[in-house]
Amino acid sequence: MNKTGAQIFWECLEREGVDVIFGYPGGATLPIYDALVTSKIHHVLVRHEQGASHMADGYARASGRVGVALATSGPGATNLITGIATALMDSSPTVFITGQVSSPLIGYDAFQETDVTGITLPITKHNYLITDVNDIAPTIREAFFLAKSGRPGPVLIDITKDAQQATIDWEYDDQPAHLPGYRPDFRPANSEFERAVEMIHNAKKPLILAGHGILISGAMEEVLEFAERTQTPVADTLLGLGAFPGSHSLSLGMMGMHGEAWVNKAIQEADLLLAFGMRFDDRVTGKISHYAPKAKKIHIEIDPSEINKNVQVDIALVGDLKEILQKMLPSISTVDHTEWLEEINTLRGHSAVRDIKNLPDNGHLYAAHVINALWQVTKGEAIIVSDVGQNQMWTAQYYRHDKPNTSITSGGLGTMGFGLPGGIGAKFAKPDQEVWVIAGDGGIQMTQAELSTIAQEGIKVNIAILNNGYLGMVRQWQEFFYDKRYSATPMKGPDLVKIAEAHGLTGIRVSSRDEVVDAIEAARKNPGTVLIDFKVEKEDSVYPMVPTGAAIDAMIRRPLPESVIQES
Amino acid sequence: MRHTFVALVEDKPGVLNRVVSVFRRRTFNIESLTVGRTHQEGISRITIVVDSDKTDVVRIMPYMYKLINVLQVEDLTYQPHVNRDLAMVKINATPENRAAIMQLAEVFRARVVDVTNNSLIIEITGDEEKIDGFVDVLRPYGIIEMVRTGIIAMERGASTLINNMGENQNYELPIEFKMA
Repeated sequence: MNKTGAQIFWECLEREGVDVIFGYPGGATLPIYDALVTSKIHHVLVRHEQGASHMADGYARASGRVGVALATSGPGATNLITGIATALMDSSPTVFITGQVSSPLIGYDAFQETDVTGITLPITKHNYLITDVNDIAPTIREAFFLAKSGRPGPVLIDITKDAQQATIDWEYDDQPAHLPGYRPDFRPANSEFERAVEMIHNAKKPLILAGHGILISGAMEEVLEFAERTQTPVADTLLGLGAFPGSHSLSLGMMGMHGEAWVNKAIQEADLLLAFGMRFDDRVTGKISHYAPKAKKIHIEIDPSEINKNVQVDIALVGDLKEILQKMLPSISTVDHTEWLEEINTLRGHSAVRDIKNLPDNGHLYAAHVINALWQVTKGEAIIVSDVGQNQMWTAQYYRHDKPNTSITSGGLGTMGFGLPGGIGAKFAKPDQEVWVIAGDGGIQMTQAELSTIAQEGIKVNIAILNNGYLGMVRQWQEFFYDKRYSATPMKGPDLVKIAEAHGLTGIRVSSRDEVVDAIEAARKNPGTVLIDFKVEKEDSVYPMVPTGAAIDAMIRRPLPESVIQES
Repeated sequence: MRHTFVALVEDKPGVLNRVVSVFRRRTFNIESLTVGRTHQEGISRITIVVDSDKTDVVRIMPYMYKLINVLQVEDLTYQPHVNRDLAMVKINATPENRAAIMQLAEVFRARVVDVTNNSLIIEITGDEEKIDGFVDVLRPYGIIEMVRTGIIAMERGASTLINNMGENQNYELPIEFKMA
């Protein structure tokens, strides 16, 4: 049957199971947009292509399916860049499609021409430039396969306008993707398995480092089974939150720069680290030379280039975590680690005393109260999409996730502005679930235009702004390390309640602790999107904190409760 | 110390850029790079030489493998291999000293490929040291221009990169990942 490139494009996306696409039209995508009219795929018109890129990412993380964003050539394509880099750092299965000027014009600095495959080469898993209509279908198949297989990541397809317009006689065929150089399905040797099992059985103080890879691999049950059988406590990375039930007695909480003190101490004391689908990021390890000095390390990871990259390990099992654990579990015996667990509990009890949420009400509203209340009211079951900065760390510390894929945040790249569009994407992935966006007053202003997208789509996303009038995380670093010289961090924001109202949404302002729960409940009851502007303590900091370059157990702790109250 | 990597890659536009980007991004300096076709259609072969004193060479193979278009990578440094460089040297040569220069060329088994009244082009192949040695002895005569291809390398014996690729198809990890 005769079809244009644009028609082939939509049919291929449908065949890949795409139900929603986030995009913004332009000159170089006019043929694609023209053919959209007859497609079953729902198109969400964003207000800025960066929004589309984060929505595709949020969609992918909430659903595990490939998220897709579409932009025109030139500025449309370059506006996607931040979102593509975000998706790469956090291994998010995404496909980005950009229009390109007609192939005879490429290289002639045509209107809205940019070398997007050149620009995105280092921030994509792979990318393609299509100049021939015959390449559209096989390329889309390869792109989706690459995006979701192995270690997932963003794939970009740049399609020239003439390829979109050309007509060929075409029928869909489901030939598998031909990628001779792509062999992501590594399997470790049996001898390595045996050594690993022996090491696990000999450990006295083992610790599981639970990473994002557990969620991507879908190995939650296996990890739970492994942890329970071997009585091994579990520490989470930021992106690993939710991979292991947060309220489980073996769950310790988050590790790293703003991790729990007892977690970092436990890592330093451990004699065996089991790194499950994590990559020893610098925010997790602190000073490498002082990291877990007593521990042997077993790294289970699908990406071979992560092995021995940051931390030298004793055994590396390269492959799919779920598959490896399934193969390993039959040889794992029941082990008792009561002493070790008691040792960690002693550390935990001591540290929790300084937790701000246990402080008496001194009339001030702390972010911790907001997140803690949100966790309690939503029973820990909402999908929480946080932005970047203090709001992100407080959310990670005070919202406990029992279910997988309910914690979504930009970890690796730390992209401010991710929260709101990320939350919109998550809502499209899980329309029946409660979604909360948590952002600071800085981050929300970066992508605030997407409130219009929410209004146009008529979706319900709850938005909690932790408004402290500062770029809080940078302010905190200035307070600790730059003598409180608050350079360019005080920020005068708009009236966010009015901003919400201007978009036809509901806004609520909360300034005291006793209004928090009511506001959250009101937002949940409201059928439309509600933005709550929480006016929180202006100069509060995220504790504990490992200064950069320090060992992870050298943490800056929250000052004693009395002094906090006096200061404020 | 110098490390020699050879890679088989898909012969497609932009692939060289992807390979080179692995080095560029990590500020690894490439000392020599050659690319050419192989006897198999659609497959190109790349030889890259880097200085391991300035480069974290153990990271290179894993990063190269991450590239979708890279079919096979090997580090030939510690394997018996042959490496060759080709140079063409254009040199001032008068009728008076031409014979002397040509005699030198003969000692180095180099070939004269162009002669004019006042110049010669000499072609020489060999490993780098041999070529460096030849260039040094020519220098006093006045080198006008010189070009070198950069190093190409091949494993000794019957094993080939393409055969190894077939073996590696099933989960064989590159050597860096094999633990003792």
